[in-house]
Formats: sequence, structure tokens, C-alpha cells
Amino acid sequence: MTAGLARTIVTGVIGSDTHIVGNRILTMALEKAGYKVVALGALTPAADFVRAAVETRAEAILVSSLYGQGELDCRGFRDLCVEAGLEDILLYAGGNLVVGKRSWDETEETFLKMGFDRAAPPGTRAETVLEWLARDLSPA
Amino acid sequence: MSAALLIDFGSTYTKLRAVDLERRRIIGAGQGPSTVASDVMLGMKAALGDLERHCGGLPRFRHRLASSSAAGGLRMVTIGLVRELTAEAARQAALGAGAKLVGSFAYRLTAADLAQIAALRPDIVLLAGGTDGGNSEVVLHNAAALASGALECPIVFAGNRDAADDARRLLAAKALACTENVMPAFNVLNVEPARAAIRQVFIERIVHAKGIDRAAAEFDAVLMPTPAAVLEGARLVADGLPGIRGLGDLLVVDPGGATTDVHSVASGEPAPGAIPQGLPEPRVKRTVEGDLGMRHNAATIVAAAGLEAIARDAGLEPARAGALLAQVSADVERLPASAEETAFDQALARAAVKIAVRRHCGTTETVYTTTGSVTVQRGKDLSRIDAVIGTGGALVASPDPRAVLRMALADPAEPLALRPRAPRLLLDREYLLYACGLLQSVEPQAALELALGHLADLDHETARERARHA
Repeated sequence: MTAGLARTIVTGVIGSDTHIVGNRILTMALEKAGYKVVALGALTPAADFVRAAVETRAEAILVSSLYGQGELDCRGFRDLCVEAGLEDILLYAGGNLVVGKRSWDETEETFLKMGFDRAAPPGTRAETVLEWLARDLSPA
Repeated sequence: MSAALLIDFGSTYTKLRAVDLERRRIIGAGQGPSTVASDVMLGMKAALGDLERHCGGLPRFRHRLASSSAAGGLRMVTIGLVRELTAEAARQAALGAGAKLVGSFAYRLTAADLAQIAALRPDIVLLAGGTDGGNSEVVLHNAAALASGALECPIVFAGNRDAADDARRLLAAKALACTENVMPAFNVLNVEPARAAIRQVFIERIVHAKGIDRAAAEFDAVLMPTPAAVLEGARLVADGLPGIRGLGDLLVVDPGGATTDVHSVASGEPAPGAIPQGLPEPRVKRTVEGDLGMRHNAATIVAAAGLEAIARDAGLEPARAGALLAQVSADVERLPASAEETAFDQALARAAVKIAVRRHCGTTETVYTTTGSVTVQRGKDLSRIDAVIGTGGALVASPDPRAVLRMALADPAEPLALRPRAPRLLLDREYLLYACGLLQSVEPQAALELALGHLADLDHETARERARHA
């Protein structure tokens, strides 16, 4: 696969969150699987994910959040994408998306309602994400 | 004697510097009016006559090199996709090429944008958009839009390389130069190839289009726009050459009549622990502050700094400062004729330098996270650079250039600004930076030693020397 044909994915940790390790492991797994990854790293504002996706014609944005504020940070994320002409881009969120006693099912529903295509619970393995992508990305 | 003639076809004056290449010294300087609008040769002949009078005859010149900022400078329009990404990279490339940026556009060009671009009458349009392998629809939409318009100026394409062939087809009827993408990958800045392409178009087409080649008998080549020559001079003086140490990381500030230019040659990398945000910065960076000019934009300097503050700095009553402002705004070629006017100009220059350098330098910000605070940096960290060089008429004419240049330095009142802390302060008293920027293309060693030998060290200048220059 040449660089020009590789499918592009944007990754990063949203908001005022510095937890980078899981996101980096995910990024490495994606690269190993042949994706072109635009890794924005820690402390990334929502708008920066969208800007990067526009310029690089990315097909998916994978948002990590580990510090419990994910729900607040991810509000309106799909709207930002629609605004930038990326209405069909694939959106995943993952990590410790909320703190407190909420069940995972509730949390997942919250994120799907916000316009994310998938939400990954704590402990999701990179392989699972790769399988999701293979299924969800439209054929090249 | 082996000599070189360095020419600046400026917007107001045609300026000459004759230098002795062996002894690394200035033979003489000459000046004539800028006559590009009528016949460039008139001003050139006047300047040569002036030079001849100063030197008592002209030597035979081995090199005769020119730069130009005449006829409105190199007017450029830049186009990118996302404003903060490829559109910003395109702006950086144009500024670094010494252009006068007259318009910057992002996303898809509309009919209104096209009309505006045509009205701006650019000399060159720089078209970017998309990383390599990234978005190509928008840059191709914009190429098609430019193709359909009446715009006749050359276009430099520096966008997504996957779109280059299609862009070439779309723009077949235009003068087109294709070069490497200004942003080949996300947040990777690659402005040098676009700069080189712009310079090439400038040499091949713009020099002729502006009528400067009518003086072709008097020079070997017009190499670049004058701001690019200053930038090349700054780069040479900073980096040095094998065997000759340069000054190290530096900043050049030029408070001019219409704008204040700031150039930095420094990587400006974040201090340990600081997290960089935003687009990476070019090591050789130029910014132009269009609202900070000693004459044409004196009113906006005062608006930015405050009339009270300018008046206080000049030791004048605010009403008196307001009257002097009206005077220089109405008569843009006016030179100070009284102590009051000199003090007012000094205050204007100090404010222009303070604000322009503030905008050029990066900033830090503390962000509080659940795991503690972190420092985020935007822009270049210039706090540890080695030298600040002042150039331009306002500084050379200043009774105390050191007091003007000190405004570039870190200020306890602005703790988040990454301004220089303890650099050497130097003055380009002989207006040699542009000349050395030109000369380095053929005689780099002579150019470097000439520059190093003639930059005045303001920290070690005695009171008597200052008095003499003033």
C-alpha cells in the first residue's frame, strides 16, 4: 500500500487531558495495520481534530478521553464535523469517558446520541478497534 | 580593488552601497529618487551620480546585484484550505519570500473572493490546500475558479501533490509554476520550495513586469524582493559560515514608514516541559505589521499604544502629541525638524517595536488539568536568542536607538510573552543587511565579514560615540 492510497485516521486526546499512553498504543497499532495516522497527541481541542481531518481528508476520527470529562469535551463534536463538511466521517470515542456510577450501556448510549459511531469502554483492545474500522469504513 | 555594487530599488529611494570585497569595507553610499513609475533609469542615474560624488569616481564593479521593493513591492495573494493550516503555511511562505501580502483566502473561493482577488491586482498568487494524499477537492475547485477568472498574474501551486497534475491541466492557460506542498503532512511546514519558486517567478517575470529591467545595463541581476534580501542577510549573520562564527539566534526589527517588519532566525523550540501547540514555526520567519508604520500608519500605532502612553513616552501633552500625529500623517515624507518632533518619532518607534515584536514572539499559557498544571506554548520561544538587530531609517535617525531596541526585550509586565531576555543590541547603521543578503549569493564570506564588521554594538558604544551619531 503506498502512502497516497493509505486511509487516513486522526487520533488524539481531547480537552485538558494529558493521558497519552493508551492513545499512543492505539496509534501504533493503526500504523502497523497500514493506516496513515495523524496523531494530534494530548491536550487537543475539538476544533483541531476537525481541522486536521479536513486538511488530510481523513475518514475517521478517534477521540480518547481518560480524565472523566469526556462527555463535556465531546459535546457538539459531530456538529463541528458537519459544519466543516465532514458529515459522513466516522467518529469513535474511547477511554474513561465518564466518572461516577453510570453503567457502560448508559455511557455508550450517551455517546451514540452525541453522534459518535462507536464508543469504546475502558480496557478495549486495539484489535477490537481495528475490527470495527475494517467493518465501518466504506470500501476504498 | 575588487568591488561590488548593491542596489535597492525601493519604494521611495533608489539606494546604492559600493563595497570593497577584499578589505571588507564600504566604499560609499548613494541615493536617488525611486522612479519606477516613470523610468527606473532616472533614479538609478541620480543614485550613481550621488555615489560617484561620495567616492570620487566609481570603481569597476565585479558584481552589481539588486533587490526591489519598488512599484508596490511583490504583491501576493495566498490561498489555502483550513485557515490555521495550509492557508497559514502559504502565508508564511509568501512572507518568507519577501512578499507584500495583500490578501489571504481559505476554503473554497467564492465569486466574491475572485472579484476581490482581481481587484487586489496581485503580482503572484500562491495556491495551496490539502496535505499530500489529503484533501484535493478544494484546491482543485480553487484552481478551476482561478482558471475561469480574468486574473493574468503567474500562479505558484504548492498544494496537495496528488492534485498537481489536475491543477496543471486546469491552469494550462495561465503562467503556472508547480512546487512542493507547503504542508506535505499534517502540521509539517515546508515553505522553502515555495519560497524558491516565488523568487524564481519574481526574477523571470516580475522584474520585467515592473519595468525594473529598463535599468538592466546598470546591474547583473535583480535577485529578490528587498525584504527577502534582509532576511537572507539576517540568516547569514546568524548562522555564519564554516570557520566564521555568526552571531547565533537573532531577531531583526525594522520600523518602516508603512509597516514594521520583524525577522527571526531561531528555531524557537519550546523550553523543556512546555507542550507546543499550533502550527510549527519556520526557523527563518518574517512577520509584517501593516498597522505599525512611522508615517503611513502612524495613526494606527497611536491607536494600538494609546495617545496618552505615546505622549507620556515623548514627554508631551496629549493634545500636542495629537497635533504632531496629524502632521506626520498628512505629510508622510516629513522628517523631524524640532526636538518635539524627534521625541514624538522616538515614542512612535518604541511603540511600533514593542507591539511588532510582541506579535512576532510566541506565548506560554498555563493549563490546569486533573493531573496538575502544564505549560502550553504557541509560536516561537525567542527568550534565549543572542542578538537583536535594528535596521531602517527610523532607527538610524533616532537619537537613542538603544532605547528603541530595548522595547523588543522581555517585560515583567508581560510574563507570558517569550520575548528576548538578554540579547546583544546591534544597529545596522550603514543599512547593510540587504546588501549582504544580496552579496552572499556570490561572495558569502565577504558578505558575512562585511556585515559582522559594520553592525554597531549599542551596548558598548560610548556616550561620545552616541552623541556623534546623533
